[in-house]
Amino acid sequence: MPAEDLQRLGDYIAQALGKHVSSHQVAHGELVINIARGSIIPVLTFLRDDARCEFKILIDLLGADYPTRPERFDVVYHLLSLTHNQRIRIKLMAGEETPVPSVTGVFSNADWYEREVWDMYGVIFDNHPDLRRILTDYGFEGHPQRKDFPLTGYVELRYDEEQKRVVYEPVKLQQDYRVFDALSPWEGMTDVQIPGNDKQVMPKHGWRSGKK
Amino acid sequence: MTQNAKIIDTEIKPYTMNFGPQHPAAHGVLRLILEMEGELIKRADPHIGLLHRGTEKLIEHKTYLQAVPYFDRLDYVAPMNQEHAFALATEKLLNLTVPPRAQYIRVLYAELGRILNHILNITTFAIDVGAITPALWGFEEREKGMEFYERVSGARLHANYFRPGGVHQDLPKGLAEDIHRWCDKDFPKFLDDLDNLLTENRIFKQRTVDIGVVSKKNAFDWGFSGPMLRGSGVPWDLRKAQPYECYADMDFDIPVGKTGDCYARYLIRMEEMRQSVKIMKQAIEKMPEGPVKVDDHKVAPPKRAEMKTSMEALIHHFKLYTEGYHVPAGETYAAVEAPKGEFGVYLVSDGTNKPYRCRIRAPGFTHLQAFDFMSKGHMLADGVAIIGSLDIVFGEIDR
Repeated sequence: MPAEDLQRLGDYIAQALGKHVSSHQVAHGELVINIARGSIIPVLTFLRDDARCEFKILIDLLGADYPTRPERFDVVYHLLSLTHNQRIRIKLMAGEETPVPSVTGVFSNADWYEREVWDMYGVIFDNHPDLRRILTDYGFEGHPQRKDFPLTGYVELRYDEEQKRVVYEPVKLQQDYRVFDALSPWEGMTDVQIPGNDKQVMPKHGWRSGKK
Repeated sequence: MTQNAKIIDTEIKPYTMNFGPQHPAAHGVLRLILEMEGELIKRADPHIGLLHRGTEKLIEHKTYLQAVPYFDRLDYVAPMNQEHAFALATEKLLNLTVPPRAQYIRVLYAELGRILNHILNITTFAIDVGAITPALWGFEEREKGMEFYERVSGARLHANYFRPGGVHQDLPKGLAEDIHRWCDKDFPKFLDDLDNLLTENRIFKQRTVDIGVVSKKNAFDWGFSGPMLRGSGVPWDLRKAQPYECYADMDFDIPVGKTGDCYARYLIRMEEMRQSVKIMKQAIEKMPEGPVKVDDHKVAPPKRAEMKTSMEALIHHFKLYTEGYHVPAGETYAAVEAPKGEFGVYLVSDGTNKPYRCRIRAPGFTHLQAFDFMSKGHMLADGVAIIGSLDIVFGEIDR
């Protein structure tokens, strides 16, 4: 779908939902709508039922962590409309203590998705019928996909021959985890310098722009 | 006598049964907690995550090129289809267009992956409902398909072949002809045999017809895609609706089921294999000559011969395999019609050489969570048939 049509659809949704939508934009040919946390249920219900939208399938629901922000988590909803052959992305922000209303009443398959976001990021979903961990081990502690959770985790388990059961122990690494931070002033693909113009264009990544 | 004549009023409560995680019909490490009333399933609670490896977290610590092999390990039955979604997402952020020959090779192998997947699914499904022969025959044919994988990428399973910017190498000499011959003769013959074994088989139909019926409305509500959605009578396929690569040039049909039961989904997968063969033949016939990756050494490595003489090529090679390439900041979602349904990758880049967030949308995850409502009121043995028709592979569900 051309970008103008997407923009028009975005304008229509923003107008119809009024105060619920804080902003919308089109990037990479995808329509993104930013909303406030509390508005998610009316927004999704509208998008599902409105004749110009008919986003009847919740394709995905996911979290993302931005630890430097005051409300560190993004919760992202991807919807698909078969009738209009159209996709849409809805984003909202949440903190560690601020619950997001569960959308299981709007889309049944949000159930496991929300459990996964809770498991991986610790985002709380209000009124979720069964907010248990889903992917991690029984009795797991912490939320592994947070950026401050180490890649190697905290505990490892093995079968203990003497106790005849599985035991948990703090992680012992045979060698330190090796981080190859290879970021360099090499301009890479993103910053192809036009010949003769390189005095005006600063490299986006590299020693000159002050990034590591 | 009077003492014994007292009628004892006992109530049989639903009892809880554990199914798996090591069970031949569980298709991997599925653990189900089933609440049974006699032989009927009242409630099913799948416990997943036994194969969780933290793929999404690991990808955040790898460069874009290093992330590709993780996608082989998701749905290990059709590895290249997963790589495809990641390659498309990365290319979208990099704003790259893949050369035509690479697109045809990708389509050829994506369809081969679909065939590999459907052979495995149909034959193991048949085992679940009592037929052994299809699996014995099917795995032989599947091995031939994996040999084609091996000849192009060097590995039967973990191909690491579709890379952002194209495919890793061109087809070796004679491979296209061999695949064409297989599509022409061997494979359609096997499909006919499989058809004869199962489609009108009385036992097979008794076990699958009217089992696990999903209405259109429920299919939407539970986020179905792929054969699961088409089985419920929704004509939807990303290859037609939102064509990527060169699917728009291909002539093929999308089978749609009428009944929404396990049998309809079986029929769809059978027909999809025939359509895939058709696409593969077209891809080979129409395949243009030319490069198989973009001609930009900031993304795709230079030729080996070039590296022997050109200093610049050598530097590019070194930088690509150590630092990798930087991807412009932004976020995108790219989806492919994987054999199991819509497989999507949501990529957030912060402008460095590693993805900031890489979300993998696996179709099996969504389908498995519908198992509870699909199996409600069915017999335990029908639950097994439903699992078979869901086409689940734990590599992608648990990630």
